[in-house]
Amino acid sequence: MTALLARLLGRMPVGWLQLTHNYGRLASAVAGVAFANVLVFVQLGIMGSMNTATRDTYKMLNADIILSAKDANTISEGSNVPRQWMFRAMSDPGVADATPLYMGSVQWKQNGNDTKLQLLAMDPVKTGFFSPQVRHKIVSLTLPDVAMIDLKTRQIDQQVLAGIRPHSPLTTEIMGHTISFADTFTGGVGFSADGYVLTSDQTFLRLFPQRQSGAPNHILLKLAPGHDAAAVIDRLRADLPSDLRIRTIAQAADDDVVFSTTKRPTGIIFGFGVLMGVLVGIVIVYQVLSTDVADHLKEYATFKAMGYAPGFFLGIIFEEAMILALLGFVPGSLVSWGVHSLLRTATGLPINMDGTVVFLVFLGTLAACAVSGAVATRRLNAADPADLF
Amino acid sequence: MYRKPGTPDPIVVSHLNHWYGSGETRIQVIFDATLSIAPGSLTILKGPSGSGKTTLLTLIGCLRDVMDGSLRLLGTELNGASEPAQVALRRRIGFIFQAHNLHASLTAQQNVRMGLEVHGTHGNRDRYDDAAAHALRMVGLDHRLHYLPGNLSGGQKQRVAVARALVGNPEIVMADEPTAALDQESGRVVVEILKALGRERGTTTLMVTHDDRIMGLADRVLTMEDGRIVSDTAPR
Repeated sequence: MTALLARLLGRMPVGWLQLTHNYGRLASAVAGVAFANVLVFVQLGIMGSMNTATRDTYKMLNADIILSAKDANTISEGSNVPRQWMFRAMSDPGVADATPLYMGSVQWKQNGNDTKLQLLAMDPVKTGFFSPQVRHKIVSLTLPDVAMIDLKTRQIDQQVLAGIRPHSPLTTEIMGHTISFADTFTGGVGFSADGYVLTSDQTFLRLFPQRQSGAPNHILLKLAPGHDAAAVIDRLRADLPSDLRIRTIAQAADDDVVFSTTKRPTGIIFGFGVLMGVLVGIVIVYQVLSTDVADHLKEYATFKAMGYAPGFFLGIIFEEAMILALLGFVPGSLVSWGVHSLLRTATGLPINMDGTVVFLVFLGTLAACAVSGAVATRRLNAADPADLF
Repeated sequence: MYRKPGTPDPIVVSHLNHWYGSGETRIQVIFDATLSIAPGSLTILKGPSGSGKTTLLTLIGCLRDVMDGSLRLLGTELNGASEPAQVALRRRIGFIFQAHNLHASLTAQQNVRMGLEVHGTHGNRDRYDDAAAHALRMVGLDHRLHYLPGNLSGGQKQRVAVARALVGNPEIVMADEPTAALDQESGRVVVEILKALGRERGTTTLMVTHDDRIMGLADRVLTMEDGRIVSDTAPR
């Protein structure tokens, strides 16, 4: 290893030799870097789970364009959209099909549990607007008071959910109505509810007598083959009233994520958590490296007295920083992966470490180590060698 | 002592003053020092503790910025010299420290090698290891090449430090009480090596010591008291 580094660096790998000289000190430095990594990963995981959950809602729909009210900042909020605009939109040659989407949340009380369910309701005849994973099961929703429930619904006995079949439905009472859960699908709700329920528009209107079929939450559109979404959206914006938000589904999901992370208290708190994690991580890494510089100050002063230039010391510190970043990152990411699994099991939230985040955190670790090292050598560069002995 | 005619003195000090501290606590430690050291000579700087000899040595060795007066080292004025100029000069000096100052994580050979790598490593990788081993052989440590300083005796460590200072063929060797931490036998060995190698290569040597056993080896002995050079004698 020493010979390899010597060849790589074109000089004596002093940093490597220093680090491996004292394994106890190396272990504590690596533990420090690893801890900083865990801190950042866990905060990013929690924040990422919120964004994933937000996007997952949109993935349950299969449409190109969504028409929403101006104040619909997230998919489950905002005013209703008059259904007349759906018919108006369908007159555009670029629009192949359309359906109203009704949404609402209900409290499901059973066996002492109070579960909040997020209802998504569409016309079950228009199966194409449902995501491919549920499309073939939609036919069961054409019966009145029949619904499909999310397998990941929190607080519900998993065996009960797994046993639900069209021929053995789970019949229960929700808000004074008898509802039969005749099938299941895999959803996974974030912070706003405990689980999803899919129903027909008719069942939805029975559960919510105050809602009207002419006033859905959103209107979903599908493009005709060969038509460009941007062009159709431009035409619709010109044709429909200006108090409508007309966006692609992807754009709506992006806007929702931005709103949730920057305007919602939960999003801001999670963002702040990430910021705190990064700052505390940088402080830890800086402490590790500045302690190391302080420990070797006398040796560096000797090198300085021998005629080594400031760049040489920066090189040693960078060498140490890179080694510590690498050695700390491996256990740090493994422990984070474990912590994520624990949190995922405990909360049912989609807490994951995707490749991009892992790569970015690794780059951040390298950068934090390098900058901390550069700052830590300032004292050495400013002093006369004779003052450091 | 042989002296090539026309060779300028490598060390020329005139009216050098130096202070420690600042404001009210500022005290002067070097008063109007003026001296010139001939090439190839062995000069000893002696005097009681706190007389300023180590300060003067570190000023001449480019380890401290000159405040007042003139100090010409190898033809370069150190008063106001830039950092790169000082770095370049330090490479032409071999400095031996009182407490050997070896790097604890490097072996004897690696420590000596650092005295060569300071001149750059391009294409010299293998030659440097041989040169470092050769330098350690000259100080009688060829059987300790791969020992860490922690596993060497005090005298052996100081000999490694001597090898490190001399391996780059410096024009000037400066030593700050190289025998202070050593017993009589080890101290004598270190100075004899220094003297022999110095004579062999014609290097100028400046040594701070109060070790009376060594005085007889010097071409010239300067005595300092309270920051002033009070006597300048040639024992031989």
